[in-house]
Amino acid sequence: MTTSSTDQDVASIDVVLSGILKRFPGVVANHDVDLHLRPGAVHALIGENGAGKSTLMKILYGVQAPDEGTITVDGSPVSFSSPTDAIGQGIGMVFQHFMLADNLTVLENIVLGAEKLHGIGDGARRRIREISARFGFGLEPDDLVERLGVADRQRVEILKVLYRGARLIILDEPTAVLVPQEVDALFANLRELVAGGCSVLFISHKLDEVLEIADDITVMRRGTTVGTADPATATRQGLAELMVGSELPSPETTESTVTDTPVLELRGVTVTNEAGRDVLSDATLTVHRGEVVGIAGVEGNGQSELVEVIMGMLRCSSGSIVLRDQDITRSSTRQVREAGVGFIPEDRHRHGLVLDYPLWENRILGHQTQAPVVRGPLLNQRGARKDAQRIVEEFDVRTPGIDTSARALSGGNQQKFIVGREMSGDPVLLVASHPTRGVDVGAQAAIWDHIRRARRDGLGVLLVSADLDELIGLSDRIEVVLRGRLTATFDPRDVTPMDLGTAMTGGEVA
Amino acid sequence: MKRLFYAVLPPVVAVLVALVATSAVIVVSGGSATSFISTILSVPDDRVLVNIINQSSMISISAFAAAIGFRMGLFNIGVEGQYIAGTTAAAFFGGSGIVSGPLNILATLVVAMLAGALYASIAGILKVTRGVSEVISAIMLNYIALTMAGYLVQRYGEKSGYTYITPRLPESSQPLGFSVVSGAPDVWALFVVAVAVGVGYWFLLSRTRFGFDLRTTGESPTAALASGIGVGRMVIISMALSGAVAGLVWMPAYFGSVHTFGTPENFQAGLGFTGLAVALLGRNRAIGIAVGSLLFAFLAGQSNELQRDGIAKQVVDITQGVVVLAVVVAYEVVRRRQARAEQEAVAARLDDRPTEGVVS
Repeated sequence: MTTSSTDQDVASIDVVLSGILKRFPGVVANHDVDLHLRPGAVHALIGENGAGKSTLMKILYGVQAPDEGTITVDGSPVSFSSPTDAIGQGIGMVFQHFMLADNLTVLENIVLGAEKLHGIGDGARRRIREISARFGFGLEPDDLVERLGVADRQRVEILKVLYRGARLIILDEPTAVLVPQEVDALFANLRELVAGGCSVLFISHKLDEVLEIADDITVMRRGTTVGTADPATATRQGLAELMVGSELPSPETTESTVTDTPVLELRGVTVTNEAGRDVLSDATLTVHRGEVVGIAGVEGNGQSELVEVIMGMLRCSSGSIVLRDQDITRSSTRQVREAGVGFIPEDRHRHGLVLDYPLWENRILGHQTQAPVVRGPLLNQRGARKDAQRIVEEFDVRTPGIDTSARALSGGNQQKFIVGREMSGDPVLLVASHPTRGVDVGAQAAIWDHIRRARRDGLGVLLVSADLDELIGLSDRIEVVLRGRLTATFDPRDVTPMDLGTAMTGGEVA
Repeated sequence: MKRLFYAVLPPVVAVLVALVATSAVIVVSGGSATSFISTILSVPDDRVLVNIINQSSMISISAFAAAIGFRMGLFNIGVEGQYIAGTTAAAFFGGSGIVSGPLNILATLVVAMLAGALYASIAGILKVTRGVSEVISAIMLNYIALTMAGYLVQRYGEKSGYTYITPRLPESSQPLGFSVVSGAPDVWALFVVAVAVGVGYWFLLSRTRFGFDLRTTGESPTAALASGIGVGRMVIISMALSGAVAGLVWMPAYFGSVHTFGTPENFQAGLGFTGLAVALLGRNRAIGIAVGSLLFAFLAGQSNELQRDGIAKQVVDITQGVVVLAVVVAYEVVRRRQARAEQEAVAARLDDRPTEGVVS
């Protein structure tokens, strides 16, 4: 690859997908998909979860082959049987979850698997510096990845595909892990890339961001491309309606139902990890009856530890936790649950469900000592089945029946089942971690409704979320967690995502 | 109906594959495949039949011990060692006649279970407190058990011919067997222990809260933790439980015919490993294990007849090995197919929008 000093230093690429069809057993994941990725443009692909964006991306990146349809690169038809083929044609992918080895340097991460291009020494180092300088990434080849923040890691991922000669970069929800300031920095990088001749396929469902960065917009719904839009003239409302075929739900709560009765009180709770570092320091927090307390923070700043210490999955080294009148500082997870705490875990596949159990057995999970699913030391199958059926009906879980395994359901329906289960047995407190992450818009609205209704009935809720709109819309009060400390409190009625972003990053602009 | 078909198909296919593979080995080594098949599939005579039933009782107890571990996500390869530990303790206790008469049977069973449980707990405690893989520690403990048993019997036992044995079980404590086939030896009285273990296993796992916790920990340790199960505690308890059952493996033979213990003559080494294979074959289900035990006992019983045709009886080990290998593969194929069929059914039923979660 040549590196002339002209502005256009990457050969441009023109990719056209037409009539793409991809079937999986029982579902048509993509059909009649048409997409034209112009050279030197940011093309946004939007659609709600389950609209078929991921499948399309996998096809474009060579992970899966389409059953029908063609992909042409610069006018000639291509077929990919692996990501290696795709990158050979100049198509590279940056995943939402980074695939970097923490204990290696930036250089080592980048050359790993691409040793033949520029070697693993000074040649590679020079090339990395070149790309980094050209697009304003500001990365040093010899820095250890574990020292880098999320935004820098993302740049390493982008650099990785550029290094391999990518001219079209696919970014899967790149802003999901970033705070607003970092998003601005990312967009600046993307503009540089596009100015340099690269194309970008930007996958997102955040309409404001899409309108800000995209040159072209394609909307997907139910597995097909339903329309294109010009960001210069398109409105948020118009795009949203194209995406879901209806109006967007809003998480806003109405009147306040906060009472003076504390449900949960944390006093100076400190959690020390195995390395002796405080991952949660001196956390003091009160949740009242009928109150939703939101926890905002960049992932990894102590919110998981906060949740786990309340749930008895972690022990605090000092401080106390009181649930109503009961000290639960030293209680086991089971005792905490028996005391009336519902728990919606962050990762539903790992913590919320046993995927191979049928729904009725999943109803028992987390409630192994509580009626109606057990009777003394024995399981109460009839009770569990009846109550699972109730959840399926009340929470609109789309399933053929309660004997279907949890694995067979879509993410949104799994989550609705979990929410229903955790609200069973009249809990006094709900600890909800990212309750609507990865669920479709319909399920999201339903979950918000359920949380609001429970709050009105006096439930206290501790809501941890990365979705700032969700936090602002649902919470009565927002606490910001930064490096293990609760550093700021906001009133959601007069806070903007920008303010929260500043507080979440400690006031610095990333 | 379809479920039953899917449950039965893999083992049947596996047995066929195993017979074909064994025949191939026999042909390659210059034997006659037809005489192998005809001997293996012949109807066993009365004596062999009783032997098969007796053997299956020990194999199944061993398999249930292994299955308790498997369901919990533990690979208790130490069943063999726990079986030896249980047997040694039980044989000394039973032979001593501290408790007299029929009550001695019950007391000896308790001793066998306690010894097995204690021995298994070592691996469990090491795993929980020190993070030692239960596989590694159990393998070592197997050797230790065998050596210790040999030493103890030699040190405290009696001489019998060229080897040593534990004191013989008093006659007042020897139960009568079941005379199932007239003219043939009795089926061991403690065959009932195998049945009881099987029924208890089924009940514990599918009907009790403890069983639910155990299965859940095996299926998803993370979900178990979040649901309030003390995973470390469960590891120790289920390891001990597995060991307690393993301690019982020799008991049908001990009370039925041998009445003593001593290696190598008055013992049947290796049953602990057979149990692991049968648990895999039976997919850790009570019925599956019962059928698998009969199959393994049947193959072993028929193998004695092979020698008449000039075929080494050890070829049956090949058959047993291939059955397990083939069945593991077949179960996985069926599992995937069923999972896909279920997802298709859900999609078809709901006519929902395409979901990426379904395929990834």
